[in-house]
Amino acid sequence: MADKLLLEVITPSRMVVSEEVDMVVAPGEWGEFGALPNHAAYLTAIKLGELRYKVGNKTEYVIVSGGFAEIVADRATFLVTAAEKAHEVDIARAMKAKERAEQRLQAVAAKREAFDVARAEAALQRAIWRLKIAERAK
Amino acid sequence: MATLKDVLRKIGAVKKTQQITKAMNMVAAAKLRGAQAKMENFRPYAGKFAEVIGSLSAHLNVEASPLLEQREVKNIELLLVTADRGLCGSFNGNLNNLAEKFLRAKGAEGVGTSLVCLGRKGRDYFRRRQTNIRASHIDVMGRFDMSNAITIAQDLASRFIGGESDEVYVVSAHFISMAIQRPVTRKLLPISPEELGGPGETAGAAREYLYEPSPEQLISSLLPTHVNVQVYSAMLETSASEHAARMTAMDNASRNCKDLIRSLSLTYNKARQANITRELMDIVGGAEALKK
Repeated sequence: MADKLLLEVITPSRMVVSEEVDMVVAPGEWGEFGALPNHAAYLTAIKLGELRYKVGNKTEYVIVSGGFAEIVADRATFLVTAAEKAHEVDIARAMKAKERAEQRLQAVAAKREAFDVARAEAALQRAIWRLKIAERAK
Repeated sequence: MATLKDVLRKIGAVKKTQQITKAMNMVAAAKLRGAQAKMENFRPYAGKFAEVIGSLSAHLNVEASPLLEQREVKNIELLLVTADRGLCGSFNGNLNNLAEKFLRAKGAEGVGTSLVCLGRKGRDYFRRRQTNIRASHIDVMGRFDMSNAITIAQDLASRFIGGESDEVYVVSAHFISMAIQRPVTRKLLPISPEELGGPGETAGAAREYLYEPSPEQLISSLLPTHVNVQVYSAMLETSASEHAARMTAMDNASRNCKDLIRSLSLTYNKARQANITRELMDIVGGAEALKK
């Protein structure tokens, strides 16, 4: 019986997290879920949001964007298109991205082009999440 | 017969060329390391992705996703991945040849073709041949990440879903080793269920997962990512192959320069010796004439 969970957060360009953790909480397709060691085999889609994991009594935060996760007994593998640890988030850049996304959203909302609106909204959501998670790192 | 000075100048020129080819060789070596590191970083993602999609493929329903739909082939689209720069031996030429042959064969079958070029060398080649290029992506290969692959893959996928193309192929380089890179044609769309199965299937069958949402929904949401992964890995392999090919080409060029310098030096020394001998004969001849 394992009492730790091997957490791996993998993006196409690098391995963001590879650590033994006690617990992980992630944004699943149908809402947030938590996984402890010896979880039943579980496969789920992941949406944009905050992933947090506990090692001892320390909690770490990671922002993940869409992808999926596979959890098998003592391994939790997250395959996402992008991920960043809280302390890696560039706050100034995220702020700027947020402003830009807000402006773009206003600009395209006037024109009512559904595709552009969706894209601008997604960008805004990303920026908001990044700021939120950067806040947690403090 | 070239004069001494000409030969000397020529030697200088070849030496300078050799310096350049040597420098390019080293640059290519550094870039190759970068490209290989990128491939290395992508491997865990690609491996896991294949495993998961393999274990899900049992739940695959042909109607589940428009990316699986097999249609009568009237129009095909080809994504040609080449380098942006030349001076890498026959690398780009091989890719262009393969693409051209492929398009011609398809055209002969009476299938409409359209071409998307990724990389300047492919675009230039087909533009010179007045082939219709639907879209081209230039200056991407030098510096790219997953998001570039996603843009291209989603463009191809949306045309496929829209019915503008019935099959999509990729021509790119397959990186076998430092010395061997082979151009290959692969089918990108429609995705064939057999291709998704493979090694993951047996491992997955033994494992019963809890799925969220349903496995059918999961796999159809993963299929577009599958296309992205395919395009991205084609880009990675082509970029690594390009640098490896350039290294080999520049190594050969440096060696040729060395040979050339050697044979030119020989010519130079021979000519110099001949000059000295001639001058000596003149002097001796003059001295003999004065004696009389």
